[in-house]
Amino acid sequence: MAKTLTQEFVKGLWEEIPPFRLVLGLCPTLAVTKSVENGIGMGVATAFVLVFSNILVSALRKIIPAKVRIACFIIVIATFVTVVELLMQAFTYPLFLKLGIFIPLIVVNCILLGRAEAFASKNGVLASAADGLGIGIGFTLALGALGSLREILGSGTFFGKAVFGPAFQPFSFMVEAPGAFVCLGLMLCLMNLAGKK
Amino acid sequence: MGDYILLAISCILVNNILLAQYLGNCPFLGTSKKMETAVGMAMAVVFVLVMAGVITWLLEAYVLKAFGLEYLRTIGFILVIASLVQFVEMFLKKSVPALYRGLGIFLPLITTNCAVMGVCLINIKEEYTFMQALVASFSYAFGFGLALILFAGVRERIILARVPKPMQDTAIGLVTAGMLSLAFFAFKGMV
Repeated sequence: MAKTLTQEFVKGLWEEIPPFRLVLGLCPTLAVTKSVENGIGMGVATAFVLVFSNILVSALRKIIPAKVRIACFIIVIATFVTVVELLMQAFTYPLFLKLGIFIPLIVVNCILLGRAEAFASKNGVLASAADGLGIGIGFTLALGALGSLREILGSGTFFGKAVFGPAFQPFSFMVEAPGAFVCLGLMLCLMNLAGKK
Repeated sequence: MGDYILLAISCILVNNILLAQYLGNCPFLGTSKKMETAVGMAMAVVFVLVMAGVITWLLEAYVLKAFGLEYLRTIGFILVIASLVQFVEMFLKKSVPALYRGLGIFLPLITTNCAVMGVCLINIKEEYTFMQALVASFSYAFGFGLALILFAGVRERIILARVPKPMQDTAIGLVTAGMLSLAFFAFKGMV
């Protein structure tokens, strides 16, 4: 059992890492990765919701009628998103302001509904928690990586600290909308190169 | 009147929902491989987004604000959107079967389209009046359709080109979207 739990956890870090392997949840990926801090903050918030919604969906999987399951999943997810929203407002207010409407929009992040439908509604509570944690951490890593790339090239900083000398001319294309698409596209290409079986 | 036209232009071109605000990108990449599906998705979004924008505005003004329940906004809005989509689907199936067949599977997909939820939240955040919210919802939806159909046109051409293996499919799609986004970026200088 322990081994399978580890497997469920590890697969989210490489084999099924969103948004590269599972091309889901692109909107927050593109929108909040202007800086590392935003990217990781968004990743942690999503991971939190993912773990708890996976646990609850899996615990209720025998009670929820198949016909209205999607609506039930959405309500479960929306509840935890509200929890995260209120927590972030209380403890990390500056980050809450920066992420703006993208926190309530975690509700419509397809990763959450996708995992609830594809995994949590068919597996036990522990396995679902491991799956949620793995995918959540994978998502955080991906957002962190994309955020680092864009912040370092686009504004010449990392976690708000300057990395290059004052002579560095920021490549501002990277922090604007078009840069987000191109960057993600190129990273996806690198992932494909690295992981071709 | 002039204000509304300005608002419409800014929502369609300058703040295009797909390419400048990064909302609704999953269906943008998912349904843009063929022109037919792109047109279907665009129509379904225009239809649902306008209704959702109006209804959530009313919900916010007359229920959530009136009773001090703003913290329930996320749950309230997603429930409204989900049930609206379901209702529209049933209504169209019964009374306008031709349109229903046209929109087909795209209707249920809209529930998890963050463009719909996003526009509803933007309407509230910007404190639009009822008329402004109506104009903004329609313009955002129109902008979504415009970008999606343009992108589908480009993507149909890419199929004919020889793309390196690791770049195929989504990777080249994203880079192309970046170029399209760059084109829309130019409108920023307009206002």
